[in-house]
Amino acid sequence: MIIDHPLLGPRDAAEFVVLGDASLIDRPDGMTATVEEMHDYAYLRDNPAGDHRELWYHEQGDRSWLVVTRSTLTHEVIKVELARNVARAQGRSR
Amino acid sequence: MRYSALRILKEGLTGNRGWQPAWREPEPKPEYDIVIIGGGGHGLATAYYLAKEFGERNVAVLEKGWLGSGNIGRNTTIIRSNYLLEGNQPFYEFSLKLWEGLEQDFNYNAMVSQRGILNLCHSDPQRDAFVRRGNAMRLSGADAVILGPDEIRKMCPYLDHESARFPITGALWQPRGGTVRHDAVAWGYARGADRRGVDIVQNCEVTGFDIKDGRCLGVETTKGPIKAKKVAMCAAGSSSRVAALAGLRLPIESHVLQAFVSEGLKPVLPGVITFGAGHFYVSQSDKGGLVFGGDIDGYNTYAQRGNLPVVEDVCEGGMAIMPMIGRARLLRMWGGVMDMSMDGSPFIDRTHVEGLYLNAGWCYGGFKATPASGYCYAHLLASGQPHETARFFRLDRFRQGAMIDEKGVGAQPNLH
Ligand SMILES: Cc1cc2nc3c(=O)[nH]c(=O)nc-3n(C[C@H](O)[C@H](O)[C@H](O)COP(=O)(O)OP(=O)(O)OC[C@H]3O[C@@H](n4cnc5c(N)ncnc54)[C@H](O)[C@@H]3O)c2cc1C
Repeated sequence: MIIDHPLLGPRDAAEFVVLGDASLIDRPDGMTATVEEMHDYAYLRDNPAGDHRELWYHEQGDRSWLVVTRSTLTHEVIKVELARNVARAQGRSR
Repeated sequence: MRYSALRILKEGLTGNRGWQPAWREPEPKPEYDIVIIGGGGHGLATAYYLAKEFGERNVAVLEKGWLGSGNIGRNTTIIRSNYLLEGNQPFYEFSLKLWEGLEQDFNYNAMVSQRGILNLCHSDPQRDAFVRRGNAMRLSGADAVILGPDEIRKMCPYLDHESARFPITGALWQPRGGTVRHDAVAWGYARGADRRGVDIVQNCEVTGFDIKDGRCLGVETTKGPIKAKKVAMCAAGSSSRVAALAGLRLPIESHVLQAFVSEGLKPVLPGVITFGAGHFYVSQSDKGGLVFGGDIDGYNTYAQRGNLPVVEDVCEGGMAIMPMIGRARLLRMWGGVMDMSMDGSPFIDRTHVEGLYLNAGWCYGGFKATPASGYCYAHLLASGQPHETARFFRLDRFRQGAMIDEKGVGAQPNLH
């Protein structure tokens, strides 16, 4: 798989570490979340067959976090974004 | 028809005209007591033990492809009971005991071969950890032997014993571990279940559930609706997809594991060997091929194939511990999709939907579990109570803080 890094261009997927579903960006507020919300966030996954948004870390590169949209049926990489942009757009960071 | 040496002789003398198909190919009935989703090793074993041990004969196994098309026909066939934790080890030892009597029990040659499994260690702390694990194994009634470098050198002279980076400092050896012919396990259980009246329906995909007021009444399939008093999910790598049809989200990600076979060689490996400093393991099939593998690819996938970086990684591991493998040519490689769970351990449990049960999360280690998984799932389905050795495999264990995390890496499926 080739990841088209928004800053560095096409990179071999072997340079990255995969964390998992990009919904991990939406961590509930630990002070207000219910046990149920925290449990679902930490342990449950949609695990879809088809397009999947996931967090990839460019460990052997510029160490940026990316949100990669990838098909779990074909391995085709559909879209690559900087995770900070995605998180900011979701109001995660100021 | 019972298989026996006498039978072979008789058939041989009469032109082999008396052999019959090992199981029927029935159309599904409109209703069953128990419907099992998934005709892999676990589903078929569940049906077999339901019929044989628990008197449940009105049972169907629905398989979307053909028997053996899933992981039961794709794994590297290793059986062992060398776990550490209380939640796991007694279960896997129960499974190993069932393997030991399996061929007589289901009257089928599954080529159960207890040629031993050798887990190499490469540092003092790793050796300490293996000693501790060996003790846990022995507490559960399993066998475990700690070997020193000299004994290993005698057993496997061709390993790289003196590597400067990863010298072999010892090994945990389980003589009762070994390999089993995986397809024959599916066929043996299928035949045994069929003979006891279980309907095995191939090319029948479950496409939905009939759930009313929190109760599961049956399933929708590509061969029409089928009613059932109890529905038992057992779809290995597809568990999340099947469970999603019932509105469930599982603590599971689907990942691919690759496996490799070399050309046939003369007998060289005594049993299974695992490299303790990288992810590589190898055994030799009865045909002579070196069967080996390593890590999962690490990203979510439902494609039954992996990518080249892991191929490279596995081969590097092989070259590091057993340099002679570089002379063997690779014959075939393939991948299988598995349920990686949040703590690396499986589930055998009921769900919050009444009458709907789950068997899932077997990661890359479910083949060895096949007999016990089937037995314990059948126990739960028939009696409503978890089997003693499977009582920790609960679906709500993350909520309860009762994870069974052998590796201690937390809720990160691709690290287990
Ligand atoms: C490469 C590889 C090597 C492995 N090596 C080992 C090993 O050495 N030792 C070990 O212990 N374990 C090993 N494993 C793990 C082991 O193979 C699995 O954990 C185990 O086989 C899973 O259980 P199963 O046999 O029931 O799965 P499967 O055979 O995959 O059965 C599940 C079945 O469900 C069916 N299904 C899915 N969805 C539906 C639906 N909607 N309707 C109807 N049917 C459906 C599938 O078609 C499939 O046949 C390995 C796995 C892989 C991929």
